[in-house]
Amino acid sequence: MNGMNPVMGAKSDTKQNLEVADNQVTVGSCFTEAPKMTMRNVNVYYDDKQAIHNVSVDIAKNEVIAMIGPSGCGKSTFLRSLNRMNDTVESCRVEGEICMDGENLYAPKLDVVELRARVGMVFQKPNPFPKSIYDNVAYGPKIHGLADTRVDLDEIVENSLRKASLWEEVKERLHQSGTGLSGGQQQRLCIARAIAVSPEVILMDEPCSALDPIATAKIEELIEELSQNFTIAIVTHSMQQAARVSHRTAYFHLGRLIEVNPTEQVFTMPEHELTEAYITGRFG
Amino acid sequence: MNKPDNTPVNNLEKIRKSLSRRNRSERRFRWYGRLAIFIGLAAVTVLFTDIVSKGHGAFRIAYLQLEVEYDQDLIGVNNLTDPEQLILGNWQAVPKQALRQQFPDVSGRSDKRKLYGLVSNGAGFDLKDRLLANPLLLGTRETIWVLADDDIDTYYKSWLDGEPYAARLTDKQVKWIGELHDQGKIRLQFNSNLFTRGDSREPEQAGIRGAVMGSLFTLLLTLMLSFPIGVAAAIYLEEFAPKNGWTDFIEVNINNLAAVPSIIFGLLGLAIFINFFHVPRSVPIVGGLVLTLMTLPTIIITSRAAIKSVPPSIREAALGMGASKYQMVLHHVLPLALPGMLTGAIIGMAQALGESAPLLMIGMVAFIVDIPGGFSDPATVLPVQIFLWADSPERAFIEKTSAAIMVLLSFLIVMNTSAVWLRKRLERRW
Repeated sequence: MNGMNPVMGAKSDTKQNLEVADNQVTVGSCFTEAPKMTMRNVNVYYDDKQAIHNVSVDIAKNEVIAMIGPSGCGKSTFLRSLNRMNDTVESCRVEGEICMDGENLYAPKLDVVELRARVGMVFQKPNPFPKSIYDNVAYGPKIHGLADTRVDLDEIVENSLRKASLWEEVKERLHQSGTGLSGGQQQRLCIARAIAVSPEVILMDEPCSALDPIATAKIEELIEELSQNFTIAIVTHSMQQAARVSHRTAYFHLGRLIEVNPTEQVFTMPEHELTEAYITGRFG
Repeated sequence: MNKPDNTPVNNLEKIRKSLSRRNRSERRFRWYGRLAIFIGLAAVTVLFTDIVSKGHGAFRIAYLQLEVEYDQDLIGVNNLTDPEQLILGNWQAVPKQALRQQFPDVSGRSDKRKLYGLVSNGAGFDLKDRLLANPLLLGTRETIWVLADDDIDTYYKSWLDGEPYAARLTDKQVKWIGELHDQGKIRLQFNSNLFTRGDSREPEQAGIRGAVMGSLFTLLLTLMLSFPIGVAAAIYLEEFAPKNGWTDFIEVNINNLAAVPSIIFGLLGLAIFINFFHVPRSVPIVGGLVLTLMTLPTIIITSRAAIKSVPPSIREAALGMGASKYQMVLHHVLPLALPGMLTGAIIGMAQALGESAPLLMIGMVAFIVDIPGGFSDPATVLPVQIFLWADSPERAFIEKTSAAIMVLLSFLIVMNTSAVWLRKRLERRW
C-alpha cells in the first residue's frame, strides 16, 4: 500500500499541469486557403455536459487530417458532428457553424440523407451489412439511385472494390456474405461501400483499432491512395498512424482543440506543451 | 489485532481448503437442476400418458355389418332429385329393417326399440348420403358397415379390453353384440367422423372439424391483425418514437396488458365489439378481434426485443450511407429482427389457439353443428369444444375429449416446433 502513494501523487501532479484554461486558443495553422469544410466555434453538448468547447478549424480539399488525443477528448464526437451522425443521439446538441463548400450543414432545410451521401463514414468496428459483398457495395448507389442499369451498378461495385484494393481478393465470391470476410477485408469492404457513392469527404473513426498490424498497414496504404480523390478526416488512437497517413494533425484535449499543424511539425516540434506531453507519452 | 497472513503459501492452502466446498456446492446445484427437470418431464409424461391412454380409443369406432335394402316404399322416396321427398324420407327405416332381418326372433315393442338402438340414430342419414352419391343403388340390396350407437361402441371397446362396461345396455343387447361379434359382424374402424364432422349431441357422430375450422378462421384473423399492428407498433416505439414520459407510460401499459387475465379481454370484446359495434356474436370475426387484443402485447414485446437485439453498428452503417431512417428499418433492421418477430408471433398464436376463457364471453361456446365456412359463420374453437365435451354426460365423450386434447396439443407442438425451427433457420443468415 505504501508504495502506491508516490505514483498517485505524480499522477495528480501531472493532471494539474494538464488543466486547460477556459480561454484556451488553438495554436498552429487552423485555417487554410481553399477549405473543403470550415468549422467555426463548434460546441457540442450531451444534455448539460459539454463535450466540445469552441472548436474552429478548416479541412482543406484532398487533405488527410488526423485527429488525435487521449480517450474521451471528444475527437470522435467532433468527427461525428461533421456528417450529423450525432443526430441519432437524442441528448446531443451541436452549436456553432459547420460548413461544407460554404453551405451550413446544420441549416434547417438541409437533408441529412443528402449530406451523408456527400460525407461518407467508416466506423471503428467493421460493420458490413449481413448481405453479400456485392449488395454491401451496391447498397449506397441503389438507395440514392446512382446507377440506371445493372451494368452501371456492376461497374460502380467493381470500381469501388478496386479503389478499396479488395477486388482481387473477392472478385470470385461477390455473392457470398460480407460478414464471412476477415476483419481487415471487412473494413476495406466498408471503405468500398463508403466510396461507392463518390462522397466528397470520408470520415474515419479509428478505422484500424479492431485490426491486426498487417490489415492496418493495408488500410493505411489505402488511405494514402484515396487522398488523391477524397478529403479524409481520420480519428486515431495511434500516433504512428497519424504520422504515417496524415498531412495535418489536430490534437484534442478534454474537448478543446489544442493545436493544429502540419503532421511533421506536430511530431517533431509541437507548439503547445500539452501536445508535446501527449506525443512523448507522458499521458494518454 | 493479528494481521492477516497473506503470504502466497498460506493463500494457496486457503484456496485448496475452500475448493472442495465450492465443488460440493456446484455438484449440489447440478443435482437440483436435474431434479427440477426430472419433475417437469415426469409431469409432462404423466399428463401425456393419461391423455393418450384415455383418448386413443376415440380414433376407432364400432361399426355393424348389415344387409340393407334401399326399398323405395320403405323409405318413401322414389325420386332422389326431389328435395321434399329427401326431407320427408324415413331413412332410419333402412337400418331398422336390416336389424330385424338380422335378428328375426326379436319381437315386442320394447325389445325392438332396444334392437334399433344398436345403430347410431344418424345411420339412416349416412345411408341417404351414400344413396345420393350412388343413385343407382335405389331399390337394390347391399351388405354395408353401419355406424353403431355410442353405448354399443363404449361397451364393445371395454369388452374387447376385458373389462366390460354395460351400464346402459340391457342383457339382450349384450347378447346381440356377442352374436354379432361371433359372426364377425361388429368391428372397430378408423373413426373418420372425428375429423370430418362438426359437433353433435350423439358422441358417435360428433367430430372436431367444426372446432378446427373455427380455430383456423379465428387464428387467421388474429394473425392478420395482430402481426402487422404489433410489428408496426414495435418498430415505431423502438425506432421512431421520442424517448420521453409518454413512451415510458405506453411501455408500462403494454407490459400491463400482457398480464391482464384473458377473460377480461373477453368482457371487453363483449362490451365493445358486440354491444357497441354490433358485430354478431359467436363468429370468428369477434373471436379474432378479441384474441388480437390479447396477443398484441405479446407480439409487441417480443418484436421490440428482436429489434433491440439488432446491433446498433448496422443502424450506423445504414445511416452513414445516407439511408433514411425508414430505409434503415426496412432494409436492415426488419430483416434481421424478423426471425425473432416470427417466433414471437407463433408463440402468441399458440397462446391464442389454447385460449378458451375470453371466447366464452363472446358466445363462441354455443353448440354449433354446422362446419363454419368463413369468418362470419357461427363457430366454436378447439379448446372450447374440449370444454363442451368434458361437460357432456355421455361416457363416450370422455375419450372424445381426450382425443380433442391430443389434436390441440399436436397443433401446439407443431407451432412451437416450427417457431424453434424458424428461428434457427433464419438466424443462420447472420
